[in-house]
Amino acid sequence: MLVDARLYLTSYVLDIVCLQMARDLQCSEYLQGLKKSLFSVHSIGENIKLLVDRPDGTYCFRLHNDRVYYISERILKLATNISRDKLVSVGTCFGKFTKTLKFRLHITALDFLAPYAKFKVWVKPGQEQSFLYGNHVLKSGLGRITENTNQYQGVVVYSMSDVPLGFGVAAKSTQECRRVDPMSIVVFHQADIGEFIRSEDTLT
Amino acid sequence: MGRKLDPTTYVKRGPGRKSRKQKGAETELTKFITEEETAQKRLSSRSRKRAGKRAQVTKKPKVTAVKEEPNKGFTDENSEWLKPAKRKREADHIDDDDDDDSDSQWEQEEDEEGEGQKKKGKRQLIENDDDDDDDDDDLVDDYGASEDSGEGEKEGESDEELLPIEKAAKKQKKLQEVMDQETDDDDEEEEEEEDKDGEKSGDEDMDEEDTVQVNIDEMDTFKLPKAEDIAKEGVMLVDLQTIHQRIKDNVDVLSHFSTKREGGKDRAEYLSLLKKDLSTYYSYNNFLIDKLLEIFPVSELIDFLEANEIQRPVTIRTNTLKTRRRDLAQALINRGVNLDPLGKWSKVGLVIFDSSVPIGATPEYLAGHYMLQGASSFLPVMALSPQEGETILDMSSAPGGKATYIAQLMRNTGVVVANDASADRLKSVVGNIHRLGVTNSVVCNYDGRQFPKVMGGFDRVLLDAPCSGTGVISKDPAVKTSKDESDIQRSAHLQKELILAAIDSVNAESPSGGYLVYCTCSIMVEENEWVVDYALKKRNVKLVPTGLDFGKEGFTRFKERRFHPSLKLSRRFYPHSHNMDGFFVAKLKKFSNTVPTTTVDNGAVEETEPSGDVKVQSDSFDEEKPFKAGSKNKSKKQKPDGKPVVSQATANGKSAKSIAKKTQKNENPTVPKKAKMDNETEKVDKEINKSNIVKTDKETSKEGSRFQKKGDKQRKSHIQSKKRIGKNKFNKLKKLLKNEFGNEHL
Repeated sequence: MLVDARLYLTSYVLDIVCLQMARDLQCSEYLQGLKKSLFSVHSIGENIKLLVDRPDGTYCFRLHNDRVYYISERILKLATNISRDKLVSVGTCFGKFTKTLKFRLHITALDFLAPYAKFKVWVKPGQEQSFLYGNHVLKSGLGRITENTNQYQGVVVYSMSDVPLGFGVAAKSTQECRRVDPMSIVVFHQADIGEFIRSEDTLT
Repeated sequence: MGRKLDPTTYVKRGPGRKSRKQKGAETELTKFITEEETAQKRLSSRSRKRAGKRAQVTKKPKVTAVKEEPNKGFTDENSEWLKPAKRKREADHIDDDDDDDSDSQWEQEEDEEGEGQKKKGKRQLIENDDDDDDDDDDLVDDYGASEDSGEGEKEGESDEELLPIEKAAKKQKKLQEVMDQETDDDDEEEEEEEDKDGEKSGDEDMDEEDTVQVNIDEMDTFKLPKAEDIAKEGVMLVDLQTIHQRIKDNVDVLSHFSTKREGGKDRAEYLSLLKKDLSTYYSYNNFLIDKLLEIFPVSELIDFLEANEIQRPVTIRTNTLKTRRRDLAQALINRGVNLDPLGKWSKVGLVIFDSSVPIGATPEYLAGHYMLQGASSFLPVMALSPQEGETILDMSSAPGGKATYIAQLMRNTGVVVANDASADRLKSVVGNIHRLGVTNSVVCNYDGRQFPKVMGGFDRVLLDAPCSGTGVISKDPAVKTSKDESDIQRSAHLQKELILAAIDSVNAESPSGGYLVYCTCSIMVEENEWVVDYALKKRNVKLVPTGLDFGKEGFTRFKERRFHPSLKLSRRFYPHSHNMDGFFVAKLKKFSNTVPTTTVDNGAVEETEPSGDVKVQSDSFDEEKPFKAGSKNKSKKQKPDGKPVVSQATANGKSAKSIAKKTQKNENPTVPKKAKMDNETEKVDKEINKSNIVKTDKETSKEGSRFQKKGDKQRKSHIQSKKRIGKNKFNKLKKLLKNEFGNEHL
């Protein structure tokens, strides 16, 4: 069942309007997970509106099989023809809810999050491969970092040629980054595009 | 004389003192040669020699000869006896030959430069050298190449400079006669011909080379120890070289059968031996070799089999949603990849020659800038040519290359439904879709045959049907031995069902579409033309040009089958002729949403489906509905199908009859209601009412049987045996009829 999770974000209130529930759980639980991961950590909160109301139509988030998909309404209509158990994927999968209802962002959301990212980290060419294998970013591999990054802030990792490589969480604030020794971790790895090869199965 | 015939000597030009000195021999010679050239166009070998000698009057060859030795002859060990031929072509000038690399003069004699002058200059040198060598031996060995200069060989042939031996080999194939004596001396083949004359009577291990001449003898020895030999071959280790040579000769004989055959041996024997050899050499099973022989002529078959042994080049498709081909090529070259654009026919394809990094793992790949895809897989999507804003279905989409290409062509507008029957392989579809940044897709896991029921009314449908894979043997050599008749039949059956389902999913009324592209990666006619022909018969579709201007046309007839003539609009691609995987593409246009019913065999009721329903609904935006109507039509079809089987006994499945049957059923309440089958009722009705609605021979015979009931009924007639009435019922009926007729008469 597709649950309509339309998210209206204001600075103070998050509302979810659930049309159908697949389970007995409350929507708000889903919401909590989403809120924490998508909005607080990565703080694209304000930009959600931009994602939903796009010039080429209204887009929405739908929950299907524990995954959140981002699709336009037109596709949504078509997809209702397909029975639940046969539907594998619609539009773009942003992430999934784990068994304990934590929301895990997938790398597949990168294309949409990257343009709205406020805090970015650039990785040196040598360290690129290492990050793509799933390792954290060390100080030695850090090329640039946006100013005023707080600790534990969600960041988008780029290569020096401005190709987005994945997400992470800043382990240190910008100020601290300047001072630490080269072998310490500055960005915790969350998702990278190497996962398309490494763990293709988890995408579905 | 101080003139040296040496291309490396630099001739000074310009107004200086030194340039006024004597120039090199080359420049002097060319002047002579030009004069002569203008005089005559074509020279025979001897006249050329003479001309060359005349030109070299003042030449001092010896010194240069020493220098030139490495260049004159072939540089391999055959240089002693293998002399290059004189060029027939005229040499005008030798301009900058001095700078030419002496080695490049002639080894390959390839002429990629396109500078006629340089070429001729070189040849000039060659000629001169030759003359030196040939002083002793007046004969110039050109392997018979010049012999037939008058026979239609043009000067223009010089465009591709073949080694003389290659040219001669070409001629030999054309000639039906044995080669001439001149060539015999230096001919490689000839040399080994002598070896080969010790024939392999029962000795399969001997290394032999055949020529045309001795091929006939060869064939003799094939046949001679027939049974023993083959048995021996099976037991002993087979010498692949021998077999390969035998194949070549066999093909040669078969191509010129009337002239090269051995008397008394018919074509079938050669063919059977060839089949056996091919199976052994290329490791195919007999079934497949037979099938391939039916499709290809023998010489092309060899090319095909050879092409299947090597891999096709790796190709990638640029993802225009994220980058441009130019930029991608640049980025990959920076990483150390050697690549080229794929061809004129594709704007997004790149072919990879070699690469220092794994192509499937570059950051560009991970960022979704390109996708690894076979060149042949571009074709069906190009044929489909999806437009922006359309609804497209890809029925068999794993691993997702075509579906993503479709989405890319539509610029992420519209909807692409990517379906596949295998849930496992769908993971790769999802992965690719996300990686390449496709946002307008729906991925589902249905059996393609169910599709019209799930969803219909697509603007375009692409069906890349699962097949036997005989076109991609280079990717999967297991196909060579694992396919047999039943596999092909099973594939063909599935494909027919799928294509009908695909046709039913297309909306013919679509403003911009109504197309279906059917493609397979197989070269078998049963899976390609036959399936399309079947679809043409069963549905309201027609073939349209694919839009691909290269490729072989599909067959319109094959063995005993005849297909619709429009089949030649479909396209076939082969590994040996197009350097891509074997492929078949056909584009169909649906011109009506109605489903024609079958008027054959079944006796199905003829209902032209109410097109009104479907049309109205298809106009609406909702795509769901139209094919609910479609499915209704189908179910309508289902019902009457149940009956005709029963009524078949009496009728020949004509519509009139079935209608008659219906009316009769209504008209006769007087008939005692027993658990009878419909046809019995009908029979009774007819006989009682003496209705002459339809009379067939069988009916007349039945009427006649009124008066000879017993005999007739006891004799199991064709009709009655079909009905399979139980014995008791039968007797009851008999009695009933007897009574009734008895009453009537009375």
